[in-house]
Amino acid sequence: MVMKKKLMGGILAITMAMGVLAGCGASSTTNDSGTKAKIRTLDEIKEDGTIKIGVFSDKNPFGYIDSNGEIQGYDVYFAKRIGKDLLGSEDAVEFVYVEAASRVEYLQSGKVDVILANFTVTDERKEQVDFALPYMKVALGIISPDNASITDVSQLKDKKVIVVKGTTAETYFSEKHPELTLVKYDEYQEASDALLDGRGDVFATDNTEALAWSQKNEGFSTSIESIGDIDTIAPAVHKGNTELLDWLNEEIKGLAKEQFFHKDFEETLLPVYGETIDPESLVVEGGAV
Amino acid sequence: MQDLGIQVLFQGSNFTRLLQGLFVSLRISLIAMIFSICLGILFGVIMTSKHPVVRAVCRFYLEVVRIMPQLVLLFLVYFGVAKHFGINLSGEVAGIIVFTFWGTAEMGDLVRSALIAIPVHQYESGYALGMTKQQVFVHIVIPQTIRRLLPSAVNLLTRMIKTTSLVVLIGVVEVVKVGKQIIDANRYTTPSSAIWVYGMIFLLYFMICFPFSKIAGILERRLKD
Repeated sequence: MVMKKKLMGGILAITMAMGVLAGCGASSTTNDSGTKAKIRTLDEIKEDGTIKIGVFSDKNPFGYIDSNGEIQGYDVYFAKRIGKDLLGSEDAVEFVYVEAASRVEYLQSGKVDVILANFTVTDERKEQVDFALPYMKVALGIISPDNASITDVSQLKDKKVIVVKGTTAETYFSEKHPELTLVKYDEYQEASDALLDGRGDVFATDNTEALAWSQKNEGFSTSIESIGDIDTIAPAVHKGNTELLDWLNEEIKGLAKEQFFHKDFEETLLPVYGETIDPESLVVEGGAV
Repeated sequence: MQDLGIQVLFQGSNFTRLLQGLFVSLRISLIAMIFSICLGILFGVIMTSKHPVVRAVCRFYLEVVRIMPQLVLLFLVYFGVAKHFGINLSGEVAGIIVFTFWGTAEMGDLVRSALIAIPVHQYESGYALGMTKQQVFVHIVIPQTIRRLLPSAVNLLTRMIKTTSLVVLIGVVEVVKVGKQIIDANRYTTPSSAIWVYGMIFLLYFMICFPFSKIAGILERRLKD
């Protein structure tokens, strides 16, 4: 998945570089970032009466389409609330289905006002877009069989750790724990099969994935729910769209009073991750990690 | 029952959505193909020009289309145009523009080769009968060209239908994307649905493309007679 993203990112970069060359000749009404993309301000969104929010349509349980063709998920639940609080109706949200590799482009080209597609905050991305306060956090999780449970990284010595190539799990273990033996697979499916077959002792992956997986596979559990760097997930807007950014930050702070994201968690994530997981390990209220 | 992935296909509106997705794929490729045929015939005639500059420009266009991955073109038209010219095209329109750009070049090359394949004596016989250049084209060259062109044009159409799956990357929800959405929505409850959904997509593509290939085959055989 991540490798594909890299390839796509490369193609995008080439495309954009060409676009910059093409755009050099054009001038007149350029915006802050030097392009001519139509970036809507908070007032323009209010005037229009709809807000365009970019979400995933194939990332269950964050943004997905249910069997009735309705968009659902943790991100979507929040997006609908934004529509309600900003424009008075959940239906005021125009959902734009985005792809992981081009989320930044959707903002930069003004095709969406806000990205709410499980967008992890990174330094590289901060240079391209403005992130609002986080509403979720992720780290790595480790799944191990119940009869040989691993509850601490120190127990991993001489054990085989299964990872998927190109993921944060691979980077983390090869950088921070070079002494461990990693068993690498190309696909998520292969890696999880490898754990089932006993080709490795533990499987390290994003904790959300880990929790969902161990929920479905008896005899296994996510024995370490959070290791590695904690990444936050936040809404993003076009760089320099301060009014909209401020509004989103105020909104997230305001929602903390009613513990909105806990409610969101219960509605959308709990059915998938099960009762065993502590909402505090995923949910962020009021932007306070 | 839980592992019977096939039932996922018929849950709720899933199957209708797949068909709607297929319709989007077809709509993009058919519209692009209509434009490609019109513009491609024109381009093909221009390509047979003896003027070196005209030929060089045509060659350049054809090479650009062949070398540049369609994906890059899609990103350029979808994001690039919005970013640098402030024109916000929908994914579907961007798709039609790119596939027309591609189809015109391919179609033009087909037309060109069909045109030069017509023996010189066909033209000369026409002129000998006292026909004007225009009459020779309308009554002798074009009818023969069209017959030669039909099979390869149909092939181009089937290729285009299959290539439309790239438009998922600019946010168009066509048949493959609907498939991914269905698989993902059920990945916790029915992990085995992928094979069924992709199998169904394969069948749908087959049902669309097979008749076209069949027609192309029949036309090809008829041409030989």
